[in-house]
Amino acid sequence: MRPKTQKLVITFHTTTEAMAAEQTFLRLGLAGRLIPVPRQITAGCGLAWLAPCEAEEALLAAAGQEALAWENWQKLIL
Amino acid sequence: MELIYMDHAATAFHRPQCVADAVLDAMQHMGNAGRGAYAASLEASRVIYDCRVRLARLLGAEGPEQVAFTLNATMSLNLAIGGLFAAGDHIITTQMEHNSVLRPLYRLEQEGAALTILAADRLGRISLEELEHAFRENTRAVVCTHASNLTGNVNDLERIGALCRAHGAYLVVDASQSAGILPIDQARMGIDVLCFTGHKGLLGPQGSGGLCVRKGVSIRPLVVGGSGVQSESRMHPAQMPTALEAGTLNSHGIAGLRAALAWLEEQDTEALRREQQKRMWEFYDGVREIPGVTVYGDFADRACLRAPIVALNIRDWDSGQAADVLAQEYGIMTRAGAHCAPLMHEALGTREQGAVRFSFSHTNTAEEIKRAVCAVRELAGEGQEQKGQADI
Repeated sequence: MRPKTQKLVITFHTTTEAMAAEQTFLRLGLAGRLIPVPRQITAGCGLAWLAPCEAEEALLAAAGQEALAWENWQKLIL
Repeated sequence: MELIYMDHAATAFHRPQCVADAVLDAMQHMGNAGRGAYAASLEASRVIYDCRVRLARLLGAEGPEQVAFTLNATMSLNLAIGGLFAAGDHIITTQMEHNSVLRPLYRLEQEGAALTILAADRLGRISLEELEHAFRENTRAVVCTHASNLTGNVNDLERIGALCRAHGAYLVVDASQSAGILPIDQARMGIDVLCFTGHKGLLGPQGSGGLCVRKGVSIRPLVVGGSGVQSESRMHPAQMPTALEAGTLNSHGIAGLRAALAWLEEQDTEALRREQQKRMWEFYDGVREIPGVTVYGDFADRACLRAPIVALNIRDWDSGQAADVLAQEYGIMTRAGAHCAPLMHEALGTREQGAVRFSFSHTNTAEEIKRAVCAVRELAGEGQEQKGQADI
């Protein structure tokens, strides 16, 4: 069993929103990567940005500056 | 016989090699966009997103999320017209339109919408004064082409957009003949929905097209279904661009379109445009005074950009026969007939004869233009000889 830790998960309404976020976060050298949306959030499909919790502030600042759209930010034990 | 392609208004022909390479690469390496977080699926999602970014930049859309993909301009126009308007609405269109505009509007008319079709004159031009007088209380939109696929005449979208804003109406534009060829700025021109195809001036593959939708304009989707997101919802997602895209996208074609857009960005687009216009004028100047040749459209102002099209007829020859002789005996590929623009032919007086359309791109050479002019001159002379013989 892999050890679980608390992580930041950002979800999006559309794949396009996820792509915009990925492009921005990678360009700025911010932590994280795209993953399938965890089932704790939704039984549906889609992409989410997974990052360590300590990256939250930088990610939030970048999302604000770049006017990124998203559905939700939450911390989960994954 | 060396073949000469002069049907660029139908589809591009000499596409940059990178377009075909990108399609093949996509088929070999890309998964389904938005369907996974593994490398192949993400690659498809990234390519599609990058294509949206480039289209938004080129066409002046408000952002990549406002660019939705379809299979072609016809599908985009059906989506916009069918998804914005309903019985009781009044819509203004023009005699310049292609059936991809007219038929969805006729269908809407059958369902109870009112339609005003602005007349075009013998040069194929509409009057903006007449347009201004055509607005009614219930006018919901002007749906018009940017450039005629038959004459190459260009509509002044900035002025039409201003009139639409003044009357609280949408402006829906068919940019089939202008995207990638003429400057387009959706925001500046006041265009609410800009419908484009990827395989003509944008140099992408057939089966790639789309529409740029101004923020706040809500279009009922034509199809709903798989979206890769919000799967638990009974309703299709409302957010753009997913709202207008259901099912697997043509990601292979979009990859080709993206490569074409990247290629265009690397070029001096002004130089490409000058080259297209130059070839069109060389051809026009070569044929306009040939006895027996009738050229259609407004060529009065050389300072004005046109879609690089010259439509003509040789005496009273069936345009299909003329195009066939051009193809068979001269290797020149043109389009004949009605060009899916029956009302434009009515305005030009060519409903029976149709017209032979020569359409150019930067890939046409001065030598090709000379050969085409010579061919038209020979055929017109042949017509004269036949007429002389008949007279005897």
